[in-house]
Amino acid sequence: MAAPEPAIRIEAQIAQWRSYLRRRQAIHAVDVEELEDHLRERVSALVDSGLSDDEAFLVAVKRMGDLDTLSREFAREHSERLWKQLVTPGATGEPGAWVRSEAVVAFCLAAIAALAVKAPELFGLRLDEDTGFYARNLSLFVLPFLTGYFVWKRGSNLATRRWMAAFVVAAAFANIYPFSPGGYTEVLTAIHLPIALWLVVGIVYAGGRWSEVGGRMDFIRFSGELFIYYVLIALGGIVLTGFMVAMFQAIGIDTEPFFERWMLPCGALGAVVIASWLVEAKQSVIENMAPVLTRLFTPLFAIVLVAFLATMTWTGRGLDFQRDILIAFDLLLVVVLGLLLYSISARDPRAPPDYFDVMQVVLVISALLADAVALWAIAARISEFGLSPNRVAALGENVILLVNLVWSAVLYVSFLRGREPFAGLERWQTAYLPVYAVWAAIVVIIFPPLFEYI
Amino acid sequence: MDINKDLVAASSSPLVLAILADEDSYGYAILKRVRELSGGHMQWTDGMLYPVLHRLERLGYIEARWEVPESGRRRKYYRITARGRTQLAEERRQWQAVDATLRGIWSALSLPLPASPLMPLVPLAPLVPRGA
Repeated sequence: MAAPEPAIRIEAQIAQWRSYLRRRQAIHAVDVEELEDHLRERVSALVDSGLSDDEAFLVAVKRMGDLDTLSREFAREHSERLWKQLVTPGATGEPGAWVRSEAVVAFCLAAIAALAVKAPELFGLRLDEDTGFYARNLSLFVLPFLTGYFVWKRGSNLATRRWMAAFVVAAAFANIYPFSPGGYTEVLTAIHLPIALWLVVGIVYAGGRWSEVGGRMDFIRFSGELFIYYVLIALGGIVLTGFMVAMFQAIGIDTEPFFERWMLPCGALGAVVIASWLVEAKQSVIENMAPVLTRLFTPLFAIVLVAFLATMTWTGRGLDFQRDILIAFDLLLVVVLGLLLYSISARDPRAPPDYFDVMQVVLVISALLADAVALWAIAARISEFGLSPNRVAALGENVILLVNLVWSAVLYVSFLRGREPFAGLERWQTAYLPVYAVWAAIVVIIFPPLFEYI
Repeated sequence: MDINKDLVAASSSPLVLAILADEDSYGYAILKRVRELSGGHMQWTDGMLYPVLHRLERLGYIEARWEVPESGRRRKYYRITARGRTQLAEERRQWQAVDATLRGIWSALSLPLPASPLMPLVPLAPLVPRGA
């Protein structure tokens, strides 16, 4: 076998050295270029003094210094580089044009969503008077535009376009039923319609990958990060509002009507698109927050639940039965499911079980036991209270979450015992996603006529 | 004889500024010049020059620009700024004070000098900028 040309070989060696450097976070592309120029000059000087190409390269690399020390020195000089920056892409030499056009599209769609919520006012529907209308249609003011953003970003195919029709259907069901104003079924529609439509967002988000575990898992990660970013933006909005109100009050102007009629509705809806764009832009740049929070709170929730069960057994106290207890336990199960879901989303499926997995199982099983106690308590008295739409919806959700968590616990235990791969749990969770949306759709479509629009 | 790491680090910024006060230059050429001036006694690990250059750039003592010489590869040139010249004059005063103090104490002690003396001190003298 003939040895490759020396010139080619040294290019390959330099390319490899460059790729090692590129992996250092504190050394940016322009710095690599500067160092490479140095290396090349050093190599050619050494070759001129009589060394062979290979020797020259080795000596030059050695003289450049140990990569760890070098990157530590760069990090000391450019300490900001270790804190990943999000909003200033392009400054690091990466192509910025795409990023900018994406930002423009995101801001335009956010503005459209913000204006969409004001559009019904042109037809005389006022936010403070027709609350029911706005509550039922809330998700329709923003989710179609969010979906539009993903269609723009990922391109659309026939299947996604068909799913877009779901928004039209949703708009029909939200508005044709003769709801009694402020009634149970109207509130249920307002709560469940966004859940059902979130599935449509997911299908478009995943593009052609909705049928894959990976595609759905990405959507789960996206949803968690979106929630966190949304909360952060909302907190910033509260601070901004506080200052605005106080400052204008100081000069005798009341900004509250402006806040209630414009800033809050427009900001709250526009922020959904903006937060989504930020999550999309950051996904590879910044650590995901949801798994971090999960790791922090899984043990704490597990301790509280175990303590609760232990205290109940020890003191023999029954549950103080209240009407809303089922909803409270639904929320508990949602939180537990969230903790489970987001720790799954960040876990390397190939890693062997560790103490954190045991903690998860303790959490899930103690939540199931607590829920079983609640169900047992309510079963005895459900006939007493009658089957209101709220209670049926809450019961249905409880059953759905219970089924999910029971089977998750089974899968998790068999994973701990080494009988099942972790991927089984992942598959179960992603396969279960449509169930929530289908149940939400049932509540929106069937409940109002079933309970006569009360 | 190799010069102690701390001394090399402490002298790096006046050295680089002085070399750039002479003429605009780039990393490799700066190192080459340091080597010549010190008679080979000042050994920097090549890569370590760049964090120093970037620090001086951040402080506004030097500024960088990319140029494409005939060889075709982009090269980053550095140029000293007015602030940099002021800083160099200041550092020069400080180093001269240190040097004078040491000279004073050497002569007071009147120690016999070791075999390869003054080598680093002598070549450092022409380092100070011509204009300063």
